[in-house]
Amino acid sequence: MTDWGEQTITLAHGAGGKAMRDLIQKLFVEGFDNEHLSTLEDQARFDLSALMAQGTQLAMTTDSYVVDPLFFAGGDIGKLAVTGTVNDLAMSGAIPLYLTCGMILEEGFPIKDLAKIVASMKATADAAGVKIVTGDTKVVHKGAADKVFINTAGLGVIPAGVNISAANAQVGDVVIINGFIGDHGAAIVDARGELALESSVLSDCQPLNDLVQAMLKVCPDIHCMRDATRGGVATVLNEFAHSSGVGIRIEQSSLPIREEVRGVCELLGLDPLYLANEGKLVAVVPKDKAAQVLEVMLAHPNGDNSAIIGEVLAAPKGKVLLKTGFGGERLLDVLVGEQLPRIC
Amino acid sequence: MCLGIPGQITAISDADKLMAKVNVSGIVREVNIACIVDEEHTVEQCVGDWVLVHVGFAMSRIDEEEALHTLRLLDELGELQQELDAMEASGVRA
Amino acid sequence: MKFVDEFRDSQKAQYLKQAIHNLAQQIEPTLSRPLQLMEFCGGHTHTIFRYGIEQLLPDCIEMVHGPGCPVCVLPMGRVDDAVNLAIRPEVIFTTFGDAMRVPGSTMSLLQARGKGADVRMVYSPMDALNLARQNPEREVIFFALGFETTMPSTALTVLQAEREGIKNFSLFCNHITTAPTIKAVLDEPDLMLDGFLAPGHVAMVIGLQPFEFIARDYYKPLVITGFEPLDILQALWMLLKQIAEQRCAVENQYARVVQPTGNKAALNAIHQVFATREHFELRGLGSIDHSGVGMTANYSGFDAERKFAVKPLTVIDPKECQCGAVIKGLIKPWECQIFGKACTPETPMGALMVSSEGACAAYYNHGYRSAAA
Repeated sequence: MTDWGEQTITLAHGAGGKAMRDLIQKLFVEGFDNEHLSTLEDQARFDLSALMAQGTQLAMTTDSYVVDPLFFAGGDIGKLAVTGTVNDLAMSGAIPLYLTCGMILEEGFPIKDLAKIVASMKATADAAGVKIVTGDTKVVHKGAADKVFINTAGLGVIPAGVNISAANAQVGDVVIINGFIGDHGAAIVDARGELALESSVLSDCQPLNDLVQAMLKVCPDIHCMRDATRGGVATVLNEFAHSSGVGIRIEQSSLPIREEVRGVCELLGLDPLYLANEGKLVAVVPKDKAAQVLEVMLAHPNGDNSAIIGEVLAAPKGKVLLKTGFGGERLLDVLVGEQLPRIC
Repeated sequence: MCLGIPGQITAISDADKLMAKVNVSGIVREVNIACIVDEEHTVEQCVGDWVLVHVGFAMSRIDEEEALHTLRLLDELGELQQELDAMEASGVRA
Repeated sequence: MKFVDEFRDSQKAQYLKQAIHNLAQQIEPTLSRPLQLMEFCGGHTHTIFRYGIEQLLPDCIEMVHGPGCPVCVLPMGRVDDAVNLAIRPEVIFTTFGDAMRVPGSTMSLLQARGKGADVRMVYSPMDALNLARQNPEREVIFFALGFETTMPSTALTVLQAEREGIKNFSLFCNHITTAPTIKAVLDEPDLMLDGFLAPGHVAMVIGLQPFEFIARDYYKPLVITGFEPLDILQALWMLLKQIAEQRCAVENQYARVVQPTGNKAALNAIHQVFATREHFELRGLGSIDHSGVGMTANYSGFDAERKFAVKPLTVIDPKECQCGAVIKGLIKPWECQIFGKACTPETPMGALMVSSEGACAAYYNHGYRSAAA
């Protein structure tokens, strides 16, 4: 790998000339290293018959990644940019295959940091079994962007017979999550350093496509599935309840929450149900398959603290209820604005 | 403004400025301990104390004896209730 | 013992629930209307909603959610003053997260930040002092708010700044005091309150004595209460016992934290730095005598109001708002004419919709949007 020393991104790196070509070759083509990218065509090309052998529908998605700080405990913006898009594909049941990568770089950004981000993207893509096949780089004046913004789009194939939708929840279904909630949100609060906390919470940033395929093997008829990113688990549950026209009740005592995440939440007056996750999915499955699904999830490295957290009810339509440890119930509403630390 | 959380003081970080490290469920944060030190309880003696933390200040030591007393009282209340229920079930309630 | 989960135990909650129901059965024949018990503090309101405590109570007990949320009762004019301070180019304006979204007459601090003001959220006033140390060329102002619980922290921070000779740090002081605010509620002629859960963390600082007038002069039973759900249930049981035995006294449920005489070091710091104002406005309640503190002359160098010659703005609350009536327990939140219509957590008009601690926001967010819900 090239040693970039103290070199920084300059406007020349986005100007289309030699500097740009060198950067793309040394950083991205060698970094992402695959046969689609190395042809240096303006587009990646795929053999349709190979795709059609894997399923009946294409799934496509895009997401942009801006995070402060760029590097945090358990991940970085590069890992996030791959897992986020892989997970968005995976939540449809799709097998993610190809990703694009668009980067907007701020003038003056250290190239060695960019190289770290690229290496992280490559490692995450390998782990998820996807390839980054085409890309774009733009450089903007200092101050016109915050260090680096990344956009990734993704393409995947949905196997025949899979039909997952937020509108498919049925009364009697069971709600399952694949592990501890709020880790990413708590890690980011900590990494920003504004609140001067010391903690060992790592972001849960992880690709979920392999876990999803394992779940589909025992239950091809997963009704709903989403990854609980911004807005947290509470927001996803509200989306399901609203789209399916059902009620959902979850049990406070069954929610997997790490001790340290609880600590951050107690200190700052935050609710872990609204904290962001980057490696957590919420699935609604038929009741008779719930035990089997839970079993394969628990056996999978991306699901080793999975738990059944609730059930789907006929009423109240469009609402999510939380059963407290005390036997009381309360409504779990959609968050208004950003969750701010409170002291009162 | 009431959000006060129990935590345990693990170390003194700056004795002059009365700053200490407090652990709340595995999260460590620096807090000021001016409200819990006096002639009878020196800065060094604070290590190991359970305190109530509010906006970065240890506001009060938490009294374990009192906490246990409260919890015992509630258990006794439960036992009393069970006796009453048993009496009611056997039909001897006055 | 970690002093948290032990006080969230559902078995003990069942014991208390049963004991409360037994007492209520005893009292009920003597009542002409449901008992109205007020939790003064927003922190208690939060616990009551978070754990669904009202569902555990018998029908003859109604909780009234009082004015003890300092973010809610912050008048709009003071928010405007804060915004005006924050937009000064030399200023780093620091605040607790709660106050970021409180609307002023033109904008909130969050919106001011969007327009380029250097507004920073801190966890502690000490963190604001740290910013002053790190940015000697800037003026760091801390938005000091809260009842007596928070006063010692800001007072001690000022004393630390004085010791270190830090000149670029000041408080925009909006601290308010508990007893005069409770008194204003008690002086309401239509009041129907039968007892109080009093704020445990305020009592931790000021002790029990300042609450005694409530039992002595107004004949209302009162229990100093902690913030875990078992604390609230136990305190309600203690209140009912007083009512059943026709007593009114100040009792302390929260003895693990509250000493009868309060905290001497904290009180000393408060008295050194702060002095009672003749009157101070509370949103929804209007101007109340002696309900606020300002900074003493000795510390005027740390007083942002003097340092930046703030001319306090007064903004009249929208006339449709019935926050005052809700706070005093005269009406339920959903009985206010604009509740859930013009006034929602996204577009709060009244004080009680502003913070998640406010009674109206709590009712709205937890789905109690009508008498039927």
